[in-house]
Amino acid sequence: MEKSLKRPALLAGVLIALIALPVVADATGYAALTSLATRVLIYGIAAASLNFVLGYGGMVSFGHAAFFGIGGYVVGILYQHYSLGEPLFGFISGTNQLLITIPVALVVSGLMAALIGALSLRTGGVQFIMITLAFAQMLFFLFVSLKTYGGDDGLIIRRANELPGLNMRDKQTVYYVCLAITVLFFVILWRIVNSRFGNVIVGLRQSEKRMAAIGLPAYRYKLMAFVISGMGCGLAGALMANFLRYASPDMIHWTKSGELMVMVILGGVGTLFGPLLGAAVFIVLESILASWTENWQLGLGLILLFVVLYTQGGVQALGARMFGRRA
Amino acid sequence: MTPVLNVQGMVKRFGGLLATDHVDLTVKPGEIHALIGPNGAGKTTLISQLMGELKQNEGTIELDGQPITTLPTAKRVSMGLARTFQITCLLPDYTVLDNVAIAIQVRQGHSFRFWGNVRHEAGLREDARSYLAGAGLADRADELVANLSHGEQKQLELAVALATKPRLLLLDEPMAGLGHLESQQMIEMLRGLKNQVSMLLVEHDMEAVFALADRISVLVYGRIIATGSVDEIRDNPEVRTAYLGEGDELC
Repeated sequence: MEKSLKRPALLAGVLIALIALPVVADATGYAALTSLATRVLIYGIAAASLNFVLGYGGMVSFGHAAFFGIGGYVVGILYQHYSLGEPLFGFISGTNQLLITIPVALVVSGLMAALIGALSLRTGGVQFIMITLAFAQMLFFLFVSLKTYGGDDGLIIRRANELPGLNMRDKQTVYYVCLAITVLFFVILWRIVNSRFGNVIVGLRQSEKRMAAIGLPAYRYKLMAFVISGMGCGLAGALMANFLRYASPDMIHWTKSGELMVMVILGGVGTLFGPLLGAAVFIVLESILASWTENWQLGLGLILLFVVLYTQGGVQALGARMFGRRA
Repeated sequence: MTPVLNVQGMVKRFGGLLATDHVDLTVKPGEIHALIGPNGAGKTTLISQLMGELKQNEGTIELDGQPITTLPTAKRVSMGLARTFQITCLLPDYTVLDNVAIAIQVRQGHSFRFWGNVRHEAGLREDARSYLAGAGLADRADELVANLSHGEQKQLELAVALATKPRLLLLDEPMAGLGHLESQQMIEMLRGLKNQVSMLLVEHDMEAVFALADRISVLVYGRIIATGSVDEIRDNPEVRTAYLGEGDELC
């Protein structure tokens, strides 16, 4: 009983801290903290989306940066057509409205996930890892060679998308928009994970043979999970493009897929908030280590090794053990 | 009377090996039809083909007179076919209750429902509890499957299979690895189910087979060499040399 009260209390505490963060950051003179926290939230969404297929569904996708990048490019491309005033394919006019770009990013990344997933999910295991990686790299090289949209250099978005009534040029406003979307995202993810759909997805991870024997046609459920997960990454990409005011092929590069995976593993595979925690640890470590040395990846690698070998379930599990929630 | 299961001319080849050799097999309504045979005779292979997990090279399968030869596993299950596994195959991270509830959930139709909490669905939970009670696992409902004894897992396998409301149960060695007492319980349980569901029982435990079966077929090297009542099979000389005889020598 105590446990069931503790968790909502902890969540409420974290939420209040996140709401207060920009104010505190400004007051104490660490204004950069707000930007750091925005990145954590955005990567948290992406990592949690990846975790839905990887941790809950047992589908190890090594190509989720593809959907992250697609989300970013949707914002970038729509903005370019908006600012140049020439419609995409001659009939789709560009836009700089967040209320349009985000849904478009969701739809486009969802469609790409359906396409990539439909082909990749015919395989499993190592083949699945390789084929998702291959698709992401194909997209990477496609965008590198797309000179219209900046090619190698990426697309600069001069101004962040607008949201009626809000000044999106203000870093704090962007932070609060990201926070609101993150909260909404996690509420939806929490419902999905505990729904009938989530139930069969988690069942499939444990034993596909068993799920087939009780009459589940697995493929369509795995595909749906893959699409949901791709849409989540697309959402994160669209937010990131707005935050950085930049979309580039780097967002699709396989190292980005790797980073997302590292966040999931750092935080805790197959847990709701683990990936958000993992994203926070990853980004904070990145900034701290990078300020000491150029070879910050070495330090990060050692810490990842420690987490994988000794925490039995990532930072989330470590925290749970340290603060007395013994499993 | 149409048989529940009607298999005609089933053939399965693995390269040069003939794992199933022109098998004809029927299970009548309400019948327990036992399939016995030495190790490697192709019993599990036959069950896998009936479930559609393996594709046969030749032959037809009918369930209640409906052809199911080309249907995928999920469809066959929804039409009333269910199996248990020789080596138990359950969802280890879920509780006993969850394992049964998910089978009921899948039976009820598609699972594209994204919002309601599945563990708060009273209908599913209660239904699952009644199946657990039937399998003697009522007080183990909230235990994780990974913590169950082997015998309890075998019982749960049966409960999960029944939760799909099958017309025909394919039982792949339900007594394997059970102690004497547990075997007796399992025999009683299967006997109690006899009026609800027809069964194809693959089993090595002769005591169980003779206690339960209405008819017995003997499978040797993928071929059915004899089918008949318990007494006919017991007295069949060919069966004795091929199968039962081995047992006598060992004893």
